[in-house]
Amino acid sequence: MSIEITVPQNTRRGFLKGAGAAAAAALTIGFEWAATPRRAMAAAPVAGAVFAPNAFLRIGTDDSVTIIAKHVEMGQGAYTGIATVLAEELDADWSRVRVESAPADAKRYNNFLFGTMQGTGGSSAMANSWTQLREAGGKARAMLLTSAGARWGVPVAELTVEKGVVHHPASRRRATFGSLAGAAAKLPVPDAVTLKNPKDFRLIGTRVPRVDVPAKSNGTAGFTLDVELPGMLVALLKRPPLFGATVKSFDATAAGAIPGVVKVVQVPRGVAVIARSFWAAKQGRDALVVEWDDVNAEKRSSATLMEEYRQLADKPGLPARKDGDAASAIAAASRKVSASFEFPYLAHAPMEPLDAVVKLTRDSCEIWAGDQFQTMDQMNAAKTAGLEPAQVSINTLYAGGSFGRRANMGSDYIVEAVSIAKAYGADGTPIKLQWTREDDIHGGLYRPLYFHKLEAGLDAQGRLSGWRHVIVGQSIMADTAFAPVMIKDGIDGTSVEGAANLPYAIPNIDVELSTTRNGVPVLWWRVVGSSHNAFAVEAFIDEVAQAAGEDGFTFRRKLLDKHPRMKAVLELAAEKAGWSGAPLPKGRGRGIAVAEAFNTLVAQVAEVTVGADGKVTVDRVVCAVDCGIAINPDVITAQMEGGIGFGLGAALYGAITLKDGRVEQDNFNGYRVLRLNEMPKVEVHIVPSTEPPTGVGEPGVAPVGPAVANAVFAATGKRVRVLPFGGSLAG
Amino acid sequence: MSISFVLNGKPTTLDVDPNMPLLWAVREVAGLHGTKFGCGMSLCGACTVHLDGAAVRSCVLPLSAVAGRHVTTIEGLKSARAKAVQTAWIDLQVPQCGYCQSGQVMSATALLEKNPAPTDADIDAAMSGNICRCATYSRIRAAIHRAAVTIKA
Ligand code: FES
Ligand code: FES
Repeated sequence: MSIEITVPQNTRRGFLKGAGAAAAAALTIGFEWAATPRRAMAAAPVAGAVFAPNAFLRIGTDDSVTIIAKHVEMGQGAYTGIATVLAEELDADWSRVRVESAPADAKRYNNFLFGTMQGTGGSSAMANSWTQLREAGGKARAMLLTSAGARWGVPVAELTVEKGVVHHPASRRRATFGSLAGAAAKLPVPDAVTLKNPKDFRLIGTRVPRVDVPAKSNGTAGFTLDVELPGMLVALLKRPPLFGATVKSFDATAAGAIPGVVKVVQVPRGVAVIARSFWAAKQGRDALVVEWDDVNAEKRSSATLMEEYRQLADKPGLPARKDGDAASAIAAASRKVSASFEFPYLAHAPMEPLDAVVKLTRDSCEIWAGDQFQTMDQMNAAKTAGLEPAQVSINTLYAGGSFGRRANMGSDYIVEAVSIAKAYGADGTPIKLQWTREDDIHGGLYRPLYFHKLEAGLDAQGRLSGWRHVIVGQSIMADTAFAPVMIKDGIDGTSVEGAANLPYAIPNIDVELSTTRNGVPVLWWRVVGSSHNAFAVEAFIDEVAQAAGEDGFTFRRKLLDKHPRMKAVLELAAEKAGWSGAPLPKGRGRGIAVAEAFNTLVAQVAEVTVGADGKVTVDRVVCAVDCGIAINPDVITAQMEGGIGFGLGAALYGAITLKDGRVEQDNFNGYRVLRLNEMPKVEVHIVPSTEPPTGVGEPGVAPVGPAVANAVFAATGKRVRVLPFGGSLAG
Repeated sequence: MSISFVLNGKPTTLDVDPNMPLLWAVREVAGLHGTKFGCGMSLCGACTVHLDGAAVRSCVLPLSAVAGRHVTTIEGLKSARAKAVQTAWIDLQVPQCGYCQSGQVMSATALLEKNPAPTDADIDAAMSGNICRCATYSRIRAAIHRAAVTIKA
């Protein structure tokens, strides 16, 4: 058996967004493993008669309501959001709701934005589940009502439901969901159901506490790191120091002599040391001697690549958007502005280094992981093991962050773990593959390196008449299974999102892409294309505004008449930040930026202080977000806060650099991320909306870099055009 | 070789390589999984435990260094101040992915045990060694202030 992946052709944009969001959407639903870390991972079936009218819900006779989440919980709040939406239409008692992660099953648990694939990404968890889960809850509620009506011999219209209890007010009778479960289970599932009017929502729109927070505050939340199975061994893999190198030979004598080391095996990605403990495996790997064949390896430096990109930006690329004639408009302009921007490779560095547990036999493969791409991982694991996808089962656990890293087309960490289990003998011994932080930083699948060149023209009236944007960098989708669908006419949509869909009304727009190829593996990284495109667009439009003699807010606002939702977030952020109030004192500055990602609109105003020594401190970020109906305002706020911290860390410090092909960073010393003392004060304002909900895991990341860069300009007159800028303008 | 120490109030003897970092001894030998591995180099704080009441990074501390001393992991937090921290963590909905949060709670508790009314500068000093890639930093700061209020009350 094989699983066909089909991506709906007519929703390419939707898929792109979904795929991109893989990095950011942390909403995962997994088994509730909170109470006892040693408890079995799969939820035990509820005792007694169970009402399970669809793949997302089980009601037990004990009144328990189990909601099955098809998305991974990686921090984004997916479990809570999913449970809220279903429980809302069900009118469940929230205190009885628990969440369990769905098994890998593309038929029942596919992400509609990914076609027939199960997976989380592109900030799509709520957007693709919204109607599905409302209907699942609503139909179950209807069946419970029908069974209550039949039991009491009264019309359903006379019944009400509150917190998991059906009432017949006229006769003062009541019945809990659990007491009706057995009878409801015998009823046919209705074809259609009337969903609630949003004004009747009781959970949606409120700050329902997250289902995972208590366990994540007392150390009992179970991650892959915490999986311990009888007889389990721990493996560390020694990978080549250069991308594309392979094993020539190895000497395991010293490694094998370390107490606790059980076996050393060669696999396609390197040489694995399998031991009774992490510590033994680590010492074994340190003692392992491997000779590498680097004939086909990438040996260039990132500085060399950037120089090549710079040259390429002067040559025409392929058109990603063409409105009017930008070249002529700019040639005829009375004022011309131009600038270029440089963006480094970035590692995701999720807090939990990648890990997976595999139990492989001759005819089965069971996987435990913070799995983000179940269908893809199932197929790749099956191929590696020599099994059918149906023989591969996946237990999706809480993921200790991902930011896109755990959703990759090659399923790198899963495939490594399966190949190690296979080389070990496929005898059913559970093996945990553990990456170290160094493995993570060196491990590739980075946000690509990019060079951007922009030009704009202002006509005699000071109006923005032409805009030309050239993007140079690697394609994320090239050479993957998604390439045929995702790359159209040579344009990988993820390379140009945030640039080709520029929101501003400009009569002549030209966006071009030069796609490069090299041996550095790349991947989507939280907010994907907008992680660089939004910076280039929003920093550059600030330069154009300056040339036009206008402030960044007023200039943008005039160009957003045809984009009322974007205009509204811009105005809200400016108003809350006091944009038109008193100017900041010397050495301080305000900057504004907007972004649209995965159909969510975000505007941010940053306030910075630049010291006499050039040190930049980001004091405050005011954020306005429009993500349609706000399912949980507190989770939305948290995702904006986190996205701002994540994006700010990258703008200030994030960079993976290569010297002769070798990654120069190893751990959090070389690869700096934002720390608590650098976190600005963040204020989040949510635009009220009746539109269907869109995602919040990623979009908050996009505007912060350019907002800060524009604030730095306001404070100092200096433009930030090369990232990261180190938090300091000195030198 | 065996090392004896007090783990979460219980006299404990572990018979392992004395060079094994405390993190792995606690996780893989004592079977307590709340303490996490994030960097292995004292750079992220995910592995923070208390050694005689002070916050330390267990990933770089050899087991031999804790002989005869008191080690507390998140499983062993019992004090009123620790409970105030955990309650504030829940009230302010601090965690996202949650992976760093054991370390955050341990560092925050150690801070409040010493200093029940920390200033923002005190919080910066005590907490900047604990990375949170989900950047829950604003809420961590707010929750520490909240816990301080509870302690005072
Ligand atoms: S794991 Fe110990 S400080 Fe990071
Ligand atoms: S909550 Fe995810 S790393 Fe802190």
